Amino acid sequence: MTNVLGRFDFDVIAKWIKPGEKVLDLGCGDGSLLRYLRDEKGVLGYGVDNDADNVLACIRNGVNVIQINLEAGLCGFEDGFFDHVVMSLSLQTVRHTEQLLAEMLRVGREAVVSFPNFGQRSHREAIAQGRMPVSKTLPYQWYNSPNVRFFTMADFEALCAGRGIVLRERLGFDGEATVTEDLNLNASIAVYRLGRAA
Amino acid sequence: MDEANNSVGEVAPQRAHFDTPITLAGGVVLPAFDLVYETYGELNAARSNAVLVCHALSGNHHVAGRHADNPNNIGWWDNLVGPGKPLDTRKFFVVGVNNLGGCYGSTGPVSANPATGKPWGADFPVVIVEDWVATQARLADRLGIEAWAAVVGGSLGGMQAVQWTLEYPERIRHALVIAAAPKLTAQNIAFNEVARQAILTDPDFHGGHYHEHGVVPARGLRLARMLGHITYLSDDQMAEKFGRKLRQRALNFGYDVDFEIESYLRYQGDKFAGYFDANTYLITTKALDYFDPARDYDGNLAAALARARAGFLVVSFSTDWRFAPERSREIVYGLVHNGLPVSYAEIESMAGHDSFLLDDPHYHAVLRAYFEGIKT
Repeated sequence: MTNVLGRFDFDVIAKWIKPGEKVLDLGCGDGSLLRYLRDEKGVLGYGVDNDADNVLACIRNGVNVIQINLEAGLCGFEDGFFDHVVMSLSLQTVRHTEQLLAEMLRVGREAVVSFPNFGQRSHREAIAQGRMPVSKTLPYQWYNSPNVRFFTMADFEALCAGRGIVLRERLGFDGEATVTEDLNLNASIAVYRLGRAA
Repeated sequence: MDEANNSVGEVAPQRAHFDTPITLAGGVVLPAFDLVYETYGELNAARSNAVLVCHALSGNHHVAGRHADNPNNIGWWDNLVGPGKPLDTRKFFVVGVNNLGGCYGSTGPVSANPATGKPWGADFPVVIVEDWVATQARLADRLGIEAWAAVVGGSLGGMQAVQWTLEYPERIRHALVIAAAPKLTAQNIAFNEVARQAILTDPDFHGGHYHEHGVVPARGLRLARMLGHITYLSDDQMAEKFGRKLRQRALNFGYDVDFEIESYLRYQGDKFAGYFDANTYLITTKALDYFDPARDYDGNLAAALARARAGFLVVSFSTDWRFAPERSREIVYGLVHNGLPVSYAEIESMAGHDSFLLDDPHYHAVLRAYFEGIKT
């Protein structure tokens, strides 16, 4: 799913990552983000994906990739090994959202997540008219969507507040434009930098 | 060269003699030894394109192509190695070697013991993975290979690839570790012990000096191989391949073959007992049992792997219960925690442990992609 946003998503994430950091990219697709981070920031990166074609694409891209099922957690990774654990536009595709967030912040000092914001205006309007939203960021029909969790920025922030997850930074986007007012209403994509409560 | 079917074509084994004594891990000093090997492709001027293929329990140096005197004797990993194949001999210089203690021409239990002039038999020392790697390094010296572009192996061969990265970190740039494990489980060792007991208790074993009696412990070897074959296949694949199919139309209410699976195992056992050496089998299973690079690090695999400098590709197969995917993942996590480059692919396959020898398209695409990324 990384390519929905293309380089623009990478630029945002790359700003939060310092040169030489250790980065784990969950749902890494063809490894484009990690390749970008390696080339631009000299990052030591590992991707995780459970799709055979994506694993092959990463190897072709010369990106480290580990084929495991995220639903099984990150139990093989040591506490705090990574500086950043990234999950770009995939959080809504896993069932065990709560556990996975906890795992991301166990193995990483910080987590960076982005997801399509279900609360964006056009999505709310679709629901008001009695239909599930279909948009550029939620391009699927209800019956063929890979997404299994549907949540708004407000929902996500409530979960974080209840689980000791600190919002270090958040950005909202509509297309490639940065949203500054009422993010939950205007942003179609949310990007968060998360940490553990001290 | 036989470009039409991407075969390396006709190949001939070579022999290297080494007369600098080597002290084996078990303490025995071998004053001299021979290794039999084959090569495919050309070593480039920079000597930077050499790939070593390590064999597993019953393999040997004949990795690819065919022998002139026996055109049906195709190399055991011929589907991987050749011009245009995943391990492309137009790019790489590929070396296959029969390990020390083997029975295909390298010094081993069937060779003459210089002290007696008779075959070593059971007096041949137990050799382990470290010894194989050390002797393979002597061969690399002889061939003028300072560092391997890659060392690749499946099963026990994968263990040798791992050992290379630890014993000679500066002499290996990539390791392809396929259907392997960082050490055997109690269950693995148990299977090996049953196989050994089958051989050791065969009345024709004669304490390992069966050659002097003009016999071989064929029954033991046959049982060992039958047991092995059960563990190399998956339950599902056995069900699909044989199910409960009968050899004849009716049950025979006796102890001759009723089911196809019995016939298959007997055939495989007989075939193996006809060409493989029982002492080599014993040695090789011990090498498997003893392999455990983390042993000197309180079982901490990551600490053991800290010496490695290579890039890794680790591959496992979904239905391999002999060396299950979890075991490969242990290696992967150990490498990640050392910040080493590693990719890991878990291939969907019905064929169990034997999958590593097959040419599943995705599996071969993964290997091809990795080999293509190796700079020479």
